[in-house]
Amino acid sequence: MLTRRIIPCLDVKDGRVVKGVHFVNLRDAGDPVELGARYSDDGADELVFLDITATIRSRKTIVDLVRKVAENVFIPFTVGGGINSVEQMDELLRSGAEKCSVNTAAVKKPDILTQAAQRFGNQCVVLAIDARRSKTKAGHWQVTVKAGTEATDIDAVEWAVEGAKRGAGEILLTSMDADGTQKGYDIELTRAVADAVGIPVIASGGAGTLEHLYDAIVEGHAEAVLMASITHFESYTITQMKEYLRDRGIAVNL
Amino acid sequence: MLVVIDYNVGNVKSVCNAFDHLGCPVELSCDRRKIEAASALVLPGVAAFGFAVNALGSLGSVIKDLALAGKPLLGICVGFQMLFDKSSEFGTHNGLGLVSGDVVAIPPGRVIPHMGWNKVMLPNDMALFDGLGSEKHFYFAHSFCANVTDKTAKVAYTDYGFKLPASIQKGNVYGTQFHPEKSSRQGLQVLRNFARIANGSNA
Repeated sequence: MLTRRIIPCLDVKDGRVVKGVHFVNLRDAGDPVELGARYSDDGADELVFLDITATIRSRKTIVDLVRKVAENVFIPFTVGGGINSVEQMDELLRSGAEKCSVNTAAVKKPDILTQAAQRFGNQCVVLAIDARRSKTKAGHWQVTVKAGTEATDIDAVEWAVEGAKRGAGEILLTSMDADGTQKGYDIELTRAVADAVGIPVIASGGAGTLEHLYDAIVEGHAEAVLMASITHFESYTITQMKEYLRDRGIAVNL
Repeated sequence: MLVVIDYNVGNVKSVCNAFDHLGCPVELSCDRRKIEAASALVLPGVAAFGFAVNALGSLGSVIKDLALAGKPLLGICVGFQMLFDKSSEFGTHNGLGLVSGDVVAIPPGRVIPHMGWNKVMLPNDMALFDGLGSEKHFYFAHSFCANVTDKTAKVAYTDYGFKLPASIQKGNVYGTQFHPEKSSRQGLQVLRNFARIANGSNA
């Protein structure tokens, strides 16, 4: 049986891992290569590196980082942040990343999902969606782009469905409302998206306790759970998370 | 020297990194002479099937002839799928035809791609799995899967609501649908086993 995945996320800014609350107030959390190798040794199922600098100047930095990580880490990892062409994805995949995640570029030019899927296969194409609960429409979420700084009027669930049709093989779904709060994933959002698409959904934003992980999987129907604060600042080890889930009847790779 | 075929698709570097980590000399190359002189070949692949076959081009028949002549060959993911006769991913494309069978979409009714760690039941007569016990989790990421019709091939399966071929062995031809280079310690052991097979051959 396919196991549920535990995925530490490393937000990288100027070559360092950082973590904030609601995407701001960043705290330093260490060296990305070192942290990546540690999580790999600890039994993480996968890693996500998000370049939150995402400027042209940071492009070379992230390719170098991917190379270094790939030499030390023998589990899959996804790279995202500012990717806006299939050529950039190719460079990152060739440097050792398993998958690339696109967010703003996919909203601005959705064809990138199709082009990437036809070239690399859809399992390489992760559609990252940063969603914020709508203030005007209950039970709806709006897609935001440019690291949460720009709201759109796109409905997050509809966009997930369209993204999957266009070639995304996975959805990395972050709740902007929950991100960094450690008060739990947005279960309603996760479930709405997971039930609407046939591809895996990674729940992201808000993990603070082991029960939050369980809820995202069981209530939210997520295939995988992503977390940052609770692992970087060593509240729980990967093994503790997996043992907890296993003891509550969830298949994990332990 | 073990040669990893470089044909300009996706993540071929990771396979080399894994062999480097094991202390096993390996070269990434698309040079026909180096491929012919190799002790064994690894055909990696992160790509759509059609794209990969086109990118491989005339090297495909070179690899096929060498494999038929006895050189150990390990296909990984799409490289595994290319060992078969044909695939229906984005149109019909011919594979190398080293193992009978075709590559078809994973049947609907489940989350697709099949993405993540799944438990593979390991037959004790498959050399790639030496030292790994009777079952281990490996990392999969694919939407198409092999339908193996070759009666002479040994097959290891994983369960994804149906018996999904995770690995094959037919003589000197080996393949894994999963990514050993991304499957942590157990994956590295698979590559170590293949390196040992390569060292044992004089092809």
